[in-house]
Amino acid sequence: MVDSMQAIFSADDYGVHYPDSRGKFGPYGGKYVPETLIPALEELEEIHATAMQDAGFQDELNSLLETYVGRPTPLTHARRLTEHFGGPEIYLKREDLAHTGAHKINNALGQALMVKRILGKNRVVAETGAGQHGVAVATVCALLDMECVVYMGSVDMARQAPNVFRMRLLGADVREVSSGSQTLKDAINEAIRDWVTNVPDTHYLLGSALGPHPFPVMVRNLQSVIGREARRQMLDPSVGPGQLPDVVVACVGGGSNAIGMFYPFVMDPGVRLLGVEAGGRGIESQKHAARFADPKMGRLGVLHGTRSYVLQDEDGQIALTHSISAGLDYASVGPEHALLRDRERAEYFYCTDEQALAGFELLCRQEGIIPALESAHAVGWLPELMSDVSSDDVVLVSLSGRGDKDLDTVMAELAPGA
Amino acid sequence: MNGNDCMTGVERIRSAIAKRQGDATAAFMPYVLLGFPSRMESVAMVQSMADAGADLFEFGFPFSDPLADGPTLQAATHKALLNGTTTRQCLDIAKELRDAGITQPFCAMSYYNPIFNYGPARFIEDAARAGFDGFIIPDLPPDEGEEMEEACREAGLALVYLLAPSSSQERVELVTEHSTGFIYLVSVLGTTGVRASLPDYLTDLVALVRANTDTPVCVGFGVSNGTQAAQVASIADGAIVASALIDTVLGPNGADAVKCLARKLAQGAHGH
Repeated sequence: MVDSMQAIFSADDYGVHYPDSRGKFGPYGGKYVPETLIPALEELEEIHATAMQDAGFQDELNSLLETYVGRPTPLTHARRLTEHFGGPEIYLKREDLAHTGAHKINNALGQALMVKRILGKNRVVAETGAGQHGVAVATVCALLDMECVVYMGSVDMARQAPNVFRMRLLGADVREVSSGSQTLKDAINEAIRDWVTNVPDTHYLLGSALGPHPFPVMVRNLQSVIGREARRQMLDPSVGPGQLPDVVVACVGGGSNAIGMFYPFVMDPGVRLLGVEAGGRGIESQKHAARFADPKMGRLGVLHGTRSYVLQDEDGQIALTHSISAGLDYASVGPEHALLRDRERAEYFYCTDEQALAGFELLCRQEGIIPALESAHAVGWLPELMSDVSSDDVVLVSLSGRGDKDLDTVMAELAPGA
Repeated sequence: MNGNDCMTGVERIRSAIAKRQGDATAAFMPYVLLGFPSRMESVAMVQSMADAGADLFEFGFPFSDPLADGPTLQAATHKALLNGTTTRQCLDIAKELRDAGITQPFCAMSYYNPIFNYGPARFIEDAARAGFDGFIIPDLPPDEGEEMEEACREAGLALVYLLAPSSSQERVELVTEHSTGFIYLVSVLGTTGVRASLPDYLTDLVALVRANTDTPVCVGFGVSNGTQAAQVASIADGAIVASALIDTVLGPNGADAVKCLARKLAQGAHGH
């Protein structure tokens, strides 16, 4: 059975229930959007609240998560990786084994079902960086017979060509965005422009735990199935170690797999929560996407409807980011992560491209799993983590997606000219 | 200087609009993107608009991610940023224009992040000193506007909020209660850009807003020629024009063509 959503929402998380009614996570979050979109956001807030309490909706979602997505995804004891480090036991939460190859489908399916069943909207627009969210949206639109338009930056289309083809096979209209940095942030700009123009019959299916309220809370709620399952699996001695993890590690772009994994553990004070951002070519190079790690460029700001940490120049213009992983290549971070960091409930580190590639190779060789370059950032942090944990600790890693889509990029990096 | 010195920014804006208020007349408010196509050319464009009959100005501050703008303004703001235009420079350009004797009210149109980064209170203080009378911030609805509203109130400057065809009665009430100077009525669902005709529902939309407030209503998004400006003048208090001017300035004989278009827009708005 797929773990029910109800249990988690009745809990009074960490003292106060976030976000508040204005969509604020402490000083973060909110609704910084053109007036045209406000009614659509208010409507979305309503249907989100309705869906969360509607047993019929929950049953339908849970049934599809089980029979279509393939949930629950397994918990894998990474025995050879554990042996390799000679330290703590390492477990992997296998979102790479979900249908379409990443956690993105959890959110895409939930949102699409909500707007189709409750609002009756039949057109969906989405942005995509790595293409995993776009593929997930194209997939659920095929499943639910909805019209699907995916905006993707030219740079990302080139480096994630297989996913572009995949989306088109699934019937999506993939539109190239050649403005600005031609990556994820520009794809979001374009998706929002489409939404503003077509708002009466169109839903914007945002793929990460960011954007204006209610997206951050809605995406977190839909993705928290990852953490709920992982928590139960860890505690179940027939599947996992029979105890809670001491450390949970997840990569953080916008932060949806991380918040989905962290959230159900937030009330377990003994569990350290570690997010790993994309360090690109290093902080000094200014070619990275580590919002929390760069005190000069990473400052409080407002991007795409939400207030959070934003990489920007001295004049408040949004910085061009870099990461080997398209899915982490974004200038801002979900507002709830900023709050968890302030409250010292979660810690954030970064992996450079090089460290992520090392993590990528390590997981291939040690476990026979080709991870997405995004997830490889979580694996890539493990060598650093080893000096910070004891050998009887248990570490849980969120393996958010699989790496087939990244083979071209990795080939170019590991065997240039080959 | 012009006898307006003892008035607040809100009063100057209201007075400029009031001068043109009438059954078939409205104020003409052209948009000039500062630093585009170059700093000097944007200054010249303001002068030219003033000569053509502009009653107020909307001055665009460039931003890297203008999500409410269509292709014309996206390309133009990108160019302005490539020219090295900064928020500080935009304030300096306004000051330069005041010193050159331009007396019409100035509204700054900026996305919120550059203002937030500058520091809202400091920004308003510096903008007031540079000669600004009000602000239009497309991604700052009243729900998030508390800090700006307070600082604007203290400085006597206008914080203009927007309404759209999708706005509910509750939103119309909220926006009309909080907006000062005027209400910026977005005429269509969508981004900025030239459109062939104005929507049929515009008359009803203006009436809905008017039923809730005495604050003037100015219409923008899609107003692009003298006929449309005259149409707007027959129902609203101001016509705001941006993309059509930018498209024209980029075309052949840009400087002359844009002045000619501005004259037609002013005539349309002023009921000539």
